[in-house]
Amino acid sequence: MALAKRIIPCLDVENGRVVKGVQFLDIRDAGDPVEIARRYNEAGADEITFLDITASHEERETTVHTVEAIASDVFIPLTVGGGIRKVDDIRRMLNAGADKVSINSAAVFNPEFVKQASDRFGAQCIVVAIDAKRVSGEGETPRWEIFTHGGRKPTGIDAVEWAVRMAEYGAGEILLTSMDQDGMKSGFDLGVTRAISEAVPIPVIASGGVGNLQHLADGVLQGGADAVLAASIFHFGEYTVAEAKAYMAAQGIEMRL
Amino acid sequence: MSQTIAVIDYGMGNLHSVASALQHVAPDARVLVTADPAQVAMADRVVFPGVGAIRDCMAEIRRLGFDELVRAQVASGKPVLGVCVGMQALMDSSEENGGVPCMGLLPGQVHFFGHDLHEPGAVERLKVPHMGWNQVTQVAHPLWHGIEDLSRFYFVHSYYVRAASTGQVVGRCHYGVDCDVALAQDNLFAVQFHPEKSHAPGLQLLRNFVAWKGQP
Repeated sequence: MALAKRIIPCLDVENGRVVKGVQFLDIRDAGDPVEIARRYNEAGADEITFLDITASHEERETTVHTVEAIASDVFIPLTVGGGIRKVDDIRRMLNAGADKVSINSAAVFNPEFVKQASDRFGAQCIVVAIDAKRVSGEGETPRWEIFTHGGRKPTGIDAVEWAVRMAEYGAGEILLTSMDQDGMKSGFDLGVTRAISEAVPIPVIASGGVGNLQHLADGVLQGGADAVLAASIFHFGEYTVAEAKAYMAAQGIEMRL
Repeated sequence: MSQTIAVIDYGMGNLHSVASALQHVAPDARVLVTADPAQVAMADRVVFPGVGAIRDCMAEIRRLGFDELVRAQVASGKPVLGVCVGMQALMDSSEENGGVPCMGLLPGQVHFFGHDLHEPGAVERLKVPHMGWNQVTQVAHPLWHGIEDLSRFYFVHSYYVRAASTGQVVGRCHYGVDCDVALAQDNLFAVQFHPEKSHAPGLQLLRNFVAWKGQP
């Protein structure tokens, strides 16, 4: 009897539509986040992460309605990220039915915000998203830094130290994305995943770079991640969540089957 | 006549999920998220949720006079379901926040998982909070009807309940230590996990609750 490692499909949503393309074979309206969340829920996803990449503030209202619609129909945990900058943003998403919010750049610009958020709403619903990029060269001791603006702007902040600090500030979980690996389909950056996972007392979700099922298993077995997040391998119907779980379980990983 | 289910709102966290899951399993019921003691008193059954820090929860519960309200609901014999910190608030006291006296409706204490949690003999440090899907060992009770023993439920907590006597324990889970994750006493049922987030087994438990007569 043990806690299961989690598989978390991620939806990138812009103005109420899933972008980056989602191609389940049997979904007519491929862009409807509610329908897609429902499918993942039925397919055995352990949680769903919903990343709002809507640019303007006005369009956020659409996101609130989408979250409401998902939460009324999908009875597994739902994390909403993207554009969470103020306590009010968190309240709005939690009231809409999100179980957790993911704070990304706002944490970098104002670390106290994480403390505030955790004190107000509890660590259980505060995920800190970390976008890390390797800055050490070949043969050097590996070192990763936090990047903002979709991986374009370096901050000079050491990723492992940052994760430790965020845990101390009351984050309940770390969502770690390797900006080097994101979209590459060559697997997680296992080095930074392992380094952060060993450094913090809270769960770590590995993200960025999944191209096949072995990558998911490696995230747990070699990276020490507590959960693995992936988008395209599930969206494009390459693998189902059930296949991923069976594959990981066959390697001795505790899964909810 | 359709029944009314009151979800007690004392300002601590998001009750949307609990309410929508109840509505999902009981489409004909009136599900109220309410801070109005009169509405709670008139409801046919009551859900007592809670998230966040126990000190803040207990402070709000006491400020609003809801400890007496919950006590009265339990005493009335109507089915009452405590969830997560709602369960912890029913215990005698919690170690959290330097020690917080709770409502004492169920005998037992709430303990911290600790900063150095391991399975006996294992090197790997277990993460806290205990977050995710873990198996629950059941002890026969009507609220487990139709749910396979060792089904997984969704947990997220850093403190766990240890009941004073085994008599009330109807669900156990293991995460470095043994935790009592479901307790029952007459018309009161309390769970550490989130049934509203636990997919099919969670919804089945809520379905059982809305049909429950409040007897063991």
